[in-house]
Amino acid sequence: MAQVFQTPAEAVAGIADGATVMIGGFGSAGQPVELIEALIEGGASELTVVNNNAGNGDRGLAALIREGRVRRIVCSFPRQSDSWCFDEKYRAGEIELELVAQGNLAERIRAAGAGIGAFFTPTGYGTPLAEGKEVREIDGRHYVLEYPIRADFALVSADVADELGNLVYRKTARNFGPIMAAAATTTVVQVRRIVAVGGLDPEHIVTPCLYVNRVVRVEARTPALAGERQ
Amino acid sequence: MTAIATGLDRDALAALVARDVPAGSVVNLGIGLPTKVSNHLDPATGVMLHTENGMLGMGPEAHGDEVDPDLINAGKVPVTELPGASYFHHADSFAMMRGGHLDICVLGAYQVSATGDLANWHTGRPEDIPAVGGAMDLALGAKQTFVMMSLFSRDGAAKIVPSCTYPLTGVACVSRVYTDLGVFLIDEEGVVVRELFGLDFAQVCDLVEVPLIDGTHH
Repeated sequence: MAQVFQTPAEAVAGIADGATVMIGGFGSAGQPVELIEALIEGGASELTVVNNNAGNGDRGLAALIREGRVRRIVCSFPRQSDSWCFDEKYRAGEIELELVAQGNLAERIRAAGAGIGAFFTPTGYGTPLAEGKEVREIDGRHYVLEYPIRADFALVSADVADELGNLVYRKTARNFGPIMAAAATTTVVQVRRIVAVGGLDPEHIVTPCLYVNRVVRVEARTPALAGERQ
Repeated sequence: MTAIATGLDRDALAALVARDVPAGSVVNLGIGLPTKVSNHLDPATGVMLHTENGMLGMGPEAHGDEVDPDLINAGKVPVTELPGASYFHHADSFAMMRGGHLDICVLGAYQVSATGDLANWHTGRPEDIPAVGGAMDLALGAKQTFVMMSLFSRDGAAKIVPSCTYPLTGVACVSRVYTDLGVFLIDEEGVVVRELFGLDFAQVCDLVEVPLIDGTHH
């Protein structure tokens, strides 16, 4: 069950140097920008970050990388036209990259939250991303053994939380939120709105509150979104 | 060696792929050229588009007031939702693919081998940052994987090859290749040329190193 915090800085307190931090979002959609800014403010470094991408533009994850706080990133798609912060650090040899096929990334995160020790996936078989990994033929098809990815913290963005930490998301901003929330020791969620317990339809809750430790409300900065919510 | 014929332009190629998508199919269109296929799908056919970042029932690209930062496609372009759309998290989205629930995915490619191996994610050049995204999952997951590409690279090399020299995305996963100069079907018999645009079978055999089967008269 979650505790509600007043500021992003309080919500991300306790993330230590060297921690593994999952950061939700696909590109900018669902990226918990204010939590990342608070993480930068908090000063933690030598982080391992798990995200689909490696930052866009100059804010959020891109800024965390630019500030040199990320020692290692686990992601599927670091090459983007607006990903100059990562490019610079990567070319300078200042950040380690573990490239994971996107579905394997999602399933490895899911497996961690679901208590699965490892799993065989067909994705990546016969490619450079399967090199050195155990393979097995099952019913005539080839599979690669992949292990779960766990984290100390997950930083997630959702649309609405109730005061217990039950979450609903909005459109494609859901992306990695539900699986990351389950895969971290401490899950921190920024939301646009917090409602009283009972204010969310139980049939519509996507992430049940037992996966969520900390919640903080952050004003939607995008005018279109703020307008829609009012 | 350069292409000796002027074949289909990109829109005509997209229209050709769209025509071959059966009514009611669930389809994922890869980033780049394959995205153009959506412009040519007739809404009356009930084809549903899946985008791997977590949506089924994706509508056309969003413009003006329709743009919503929470609603983007796999290429991170703002899109719209159609009636009947649904949203789901990433593990579910990729389970849909890996579990064989998508009928067709259409991908771009650097190279396709005679046995349907696909190379489309990395040039292998050390100076290029590798990025794979959902390509490996898509290539293997859909019931049929179509490739859309030019038959020749800019330097004139055929992109249907005996075996891929670029790093692989998937093994024996491509069933059909749509190119500006012809459509190639890959099955147990080999590579069958279904149709050609602006050149004949003898000419394409001269240009492509892979043994081809003439299916243009069927």
